[in-house]
Amino acid sequence: MPEDRINSFMSGPDENGRFGIFGGRFVSETLMPLILDLEAEYERAKTDPTFWAEMDDLWAHYVGRPSPLYHAERLSQHLGGARIYMKRDELNHTGAHKINNVLGQIILARRMGKTRIIAETGAGQHGVATATVCAKFGLKCIVYMGAHDVERQAPNVFRMRLLGADVVPVTSGRGTLKDAMNDALRDWVTNVRDTFYCIGTVAGPHPYPAMVRDFQSIIGKEVRTQIMAREGRLPDTLVAAIGGGSNAMGLFFPFLDDKDVRIIGVEAGGKGVDDRMEHCASLTGGRPGVLHGNRTYLLQDDDGQILEGFSISAGLDYPGIGPEHSWLHDVGRAEYVSITDKEALEAFQLSCALEGIIPALEPSHALAHVMKIAPDLPKDHLIVMNMCGRGDKDIFTVAKHLGVQIKT
Amino acid sequence: MTRPMTRIDQTFARLRAEGRKAFVSYIMAGDPDLDTSLQVMKGLPGAGVDIIELGVPFTDPMADGQTIQLAGQRALEGGQTLQRTLDMVAAFRKGDDATPIVLMGYYNPIYSRGVDRFLADAKAAGIDGLIVVDLPPEEDAELCLPAQAAGLNFIRLATPTTDDRRLPKVLTNTSGFVYYVSITGITGAAAAQAADVGPEVARIKAQTELPVIVGFGINTPEAAQAIAGVADGCVVGSAIVKEIGAGKSVDDVLAFVRGLADGAHRA
Ligand SMILES: Cc1ncc(COP(=O)(O)O)c(C=O)c1O
Repeated sequence: MPEDRINSFMSGPDENGRFGIFGGRFVSETLMPLILDLEAEYERAKTDPTFWAEMDDLWAHYVGRPSPLYHAERLSQHLGGARIYMKRDELNHTGAHKINNVLGQIILARRMGKTRIIAETGAGQHGVATATVCAKFGLKCIVYMGAHDVERQAPNVFRMRLLGADVVPVTSGRGTLKDAMNDALRDWVTNVRDTFYCIGTVAGPHPYPAMVRDFQSIIGKEVRTQIMAREGRLPDTLVAAIGGGSNAMGLFFPFLDDKDVRIIGVEAGGKGVDDRMEHCASLTGGRPGVLHGNRTYLLQDDDGQILEGFSISAGLDYPGIGPEHSWLHDVGRAEYVSITDKEALEAFQLSCALEGIIPALEPSHALAHVMKIAPDLPKDHLIVMNMCGRGDKDIFTVAKHLGVQIKT
Repeated sequence: MTRPMTRIDQTFARLRAEGRKAFVSYIMAGDPDLDTSLQVMKGLPGAGVDIIELGVPFTDPMADGQTIQLAGQRALEGGQTLQRTLDMVAAFRKGDDATPIVLMGYYNPIYSRGVDRFLADAKAAGIDGLIVVDLPPEEDAELCLPAQAAGLNFIRLATPTTDDRRLPKVLTNTSGFVYYVSITGITGAAAAQAADVGPEVARIKAQTELPVIVGFGINTPEAAQAIAGVADGCVVGSAIVKEIGAGKSVDDVLAFVRGLADGAHRA
């Protein structure tokens, strides 16, 4: 690797936290010293075998890693083309990939002597994962969640409260994930001394995008080993859904330098990517800007005001995207496409019917894209899609869209 | 480096000669609407304001408390844009060529316009300095250095978390004045006590010749006097914005400002 570092897609970010022009540390002065402390602590931990030993132990015995790589045989047959594998991160403890990252950050927080953990959440999966790990370690946990999301993800709100977290419904702005992130940042500047901000995706100021990516990369590392064991070669295509982009970065990162592996990120197309702007496709429908500590593609108006995204999936409903994705997009290493609510709902149902797997609405977007491309690909073409979350949290939303009333 | 004197530098030179403290007021441009906020702005110097901070509304004001968040929302709902804010400054300048104006806000609207274009327009409109909350020294190449090259002051925030090791980094490339945020928190939160602020101001002044102005949480003439007394002046924002948000008349808002300014000037 070292001799080819220049040509590597895996060497970022630079010392300023940049992936090309993206990333950086766009935060207020109050937070800057904390972010530098965190970076230093993370750099130490990264090369500390005891840190990774603790992670590996918890991943194995608490989360249930490695998650299976499953050959979706009936789905592959049904689509009639590529051989489709699902990386089953929905089988993790708490039901999504989010806990991979939370464990890493909470262990760091403990090393830094922080006793109060704050998090933002959209779908509630990151909030549940954070509340879970905080319960396990006896840490105080406060989760900021947009008031609108509190409503559409009620089961996760109750889960978090059962786990002892304080769930704060956010009504500032329009009460969505980006506003929850704003309020989490406001909490952090107010409580700098004892508080650790556990960000749920590959966004935020440096070092978060790199750190969260590194923790989530366990997904892609396992896929490499598993697909080599199953097929004796690397996959041809990787597909993952993108909210902020953490499950996608986790799957993609270990393959960035394998030039023959095609990489596709799937953004939430909501009601369709057009000038009505009722979608969350930052790369397809946005332009570079600065929000939440980093420069990245954002949905914004001509004045640089941030627009609200729209998606059936609360976990994808974010007007930005992790800076590394913006860079991979601009340099052309990864492709980014979008899938509408309607297409995601169809994929959701197909996964239930053919594979007995109720997917979250987020990976349903990835699956919907697989449904689009698989039929035209040869039978020996290997697709790995990230089944990054299970759909229990979404059954009420889906029922509503299917016109079914569930009594509660 | 010697730079041409800005209105901010001139104002502090005058205040120093007079042995007076600076009173700095913050209002949000376009709150509750463009006309009203321009009327308030025009009345500020007469109410005793030495430097005007003009907020640029942004959808995601991460360092602001509810009062200023709501002011930004009112302004945006009224159609305020960065262009209209620049126009507002130009309109103010027709009747006042002396009072310094500092734009305060977040980076994205500026970045979206394009830094070079923004700086040229800001200079032409009569803006003297910038406070951009989400641009720490680590990002100086973005706007701070180009702004100074264009003859605008770039005013940096120092905070209780800015320790002595970091302070030089914060002070380098700062000009006009240093804005000491007296608490770790967002705008409109509880104020610090003058007794705690004094040593912090001294700590900063030991490393810079620049005036140190203290803000966050000041909401009465007494607090303005106490805080200005241990610094080169003070800033009041949320307390004024709250009056505007409550629908007070321009005269009532300016009377409230006068009380605060008198407090600061008694120090
Ligand atoms: C199951 C699931 N997938 C994906 C996401 C989107 O986040 P990211 O793009 O960071 O993976 C979420 C967020 O809540 C989620 O719960």
